[in-house]
Amino acid sequence: MSNISRRKFLTAGLAATAGVAGAAALAGHYQLLPPDWRGPYGPGETLTYAAQRLLTRHSNAREFPRSMISKVPFANELAPPNDNFKRLQAGGFTDWRLTVDGMVSHPTSFSVADLKALPRHSQITEVVCEEGWSYVAEWIGTPLYEVLNAVGFLPQARYAAYFSIEPDWWESVDMADALHPQTLVTYAMNDSDLPVPFGGPLRLRVPRQLGYKSVKFITRLTVTDSMKKFGKGLGSSSPEAGYAWYAGI
Amino acid sequence: MTHWITALCFLALLITGAEIVVSHPRFYWGETGNSGTTALFKIPIPSSRATVPSGYNYVLPDQNGWSRALHFQAAWLVVFTGLLYAAWGLCTGHFRRNVFPAPGDRTPGAFLRVIANHLRFQQPDASEAHSYNVLQRTAYLAVIFVLFPLVIWTGLALSPGFNAAFPAGVNLLGGRQSARTLHFFVSVALVLFLIVHVVMIFLAGFWSRVRPMITGIVSTPQERP
Repeated sequence: MSNISRRKFLTAGLAATAGVAGAAALAGHYQLLPPDWRGPYGPGETLTYAAQRLLTRHSNAREFPRSMISKVPFANELAPPNDNFKRLQAGGFTDWRLTVDGMVSHPTSFSVADLKALPRHSQITEVVCEEGWSYVAEWIGTPLYEVLNAVGFLPQARYAAYFSIEPDWWESVDMADALHPQTLVTYAMNDSDLPVPFGGPLRLRVPRQLGYKSVKFITRLTVTDSMKKFGKGLGSSSPEAGYAWYAGI
Repeated sequence: MTHWITALCFLALLITGAEIVVSHPRFYWGETGNSGTTALFKIPIPSSRATVPSGYNYVLPDQNGWSRALHFQAAWLVVFTGLLYAAWGLCTGHFRRNVFPAPGDRTPGAFLRVIANHLRFQQPDASEAHSYNVLQRTAYLAVIFVLFPLVIWTGLALSPGFNAAFPAGVNLLGGRQSARTLHFFVSVALVLFLIVHVVMIFLAGFWSRVRPMITGIVSTPQERP
C-alpha cells in the first residue's frame, strides 16, 4: 500500500468514476434509481433503495396480535390546521374529497363514504418514526390498489404522488409500494374514525416505510411516470427538507 | 488501507448516530416506545424535537436529514470494506496468524502476564512492534467478529423495509425498541474500544505505531534508555 503510483491512482479514479456511472445506468434501467439519487448522499440512497427493492419487493410489514396495540399511540406534533381544513372539519368531513388523477383512465373524486364502499381491509402494524419512537395500532381502510384499479391506472405508471391539504406536504411511492396489499387509504384507527391528530379523515399508510411517508389529510393522489415535474423533482417534499425520498430504512 | 476507511466511516457513523439520538434521547425495551410511554432510561440532554419531554425548555436544531443520509452511506462503505478485509484476512491467514491468540498464549497465565505488564506501564518490547499480544488479539477478535456483526444486525433491525423481508432479524432481538437500545449499547462498546485503542497507541509511542500503519514499514526503535 506504501507505493501507489500516480498512474495507478488515476486509473483507479477513472475506473471508479466509470463504475459509478455504469452502476447508475444499470440501476436506472431496472428502475432501481430513486428520484433523489443525485447529490453527495446519492450513492447511499441508491444502494439502499436498490437493495430493498431486490430483497423486499413482495414482503409484508410485520403484523401484530390485537393484544399488542399500543395503549398510548403517539400522534406527533402538527401545525395548526389551515382554514380549508377547519371548514371541512366543521361539516363533519362530508365534503372531503380525494381526487385521483394523472395516468388513469377515469380521474375520480372520492368522498370518504365512496372509499368506505370499496373493499375494506384492516391491519395491525407499527408506525415507525425516523426519530426512533414507535407504536402499534389497527389501521382500517381500503388498499390503494383497489382505488387505482377503480380509476384504471395506465401501464406506464411508475409513481403515485399524494398530497396533504396542508401546503408543501406531499410524498410519492413507486408502484411496488403503491400496489402493495398493505398500502392503505386509511379512514379508521382502532375502534373509531381516524382521529384528526393521527391524520383523519384520510391518511395514506405505507407500513414498510418510516412514518413520514404516511402523509396525513390527503386530498389528491396522482399517478405519473416521472417525478421530475413535481416540486424540485426529487420525488417528494422530504428530500427538499434534506430527508431521503425512500424511507424503508 | 481498510483500517483507515473503517476509521473514517466509524467517525461519521458515531457523529451522525449521536445526532439521531438527540432527536429522541429516550430508550425503551420491547416492540414499541414513545414520548407517552415509560422509558427504560433517558440521556439527560436537550432534544432536537419539541415533542420529547427532555426537561430543558429549548429545542436543538434538527440535524436528522443529513445525519441519516451520511449514517447509511458510511454504513454501506464500512460493510463493503469489512467484507474485503474479512476475505483478505481469511485468504492470507492474517486472522489465523495475527488475530487469533497464538497457541502458546491461550492460557490464563498468558493473559495475566500481559495484564501485569500493562499495569506496570511497561513499554512493549521490540517483538511487539510486529505482532499483537494476547490481550490485543482478544480485543480485536471481539471487535471484528462480535461487535461489528452485532452493530450491523441491530442496525438492520431498525429498517422497516428490511424487517418486512426478514422479520426474525428484529423479533429475535426482542422487538424494535430493544433492537434500538442494543444498537446504542453496542455502539458504546465500540467507542470504549476506540478510546482504549487510541490511548494505547499514544502510550506505545504514536509515530512508531502509526507510521507503519500508513507506510507498511516498521523501523525498530533504537533510542531505548
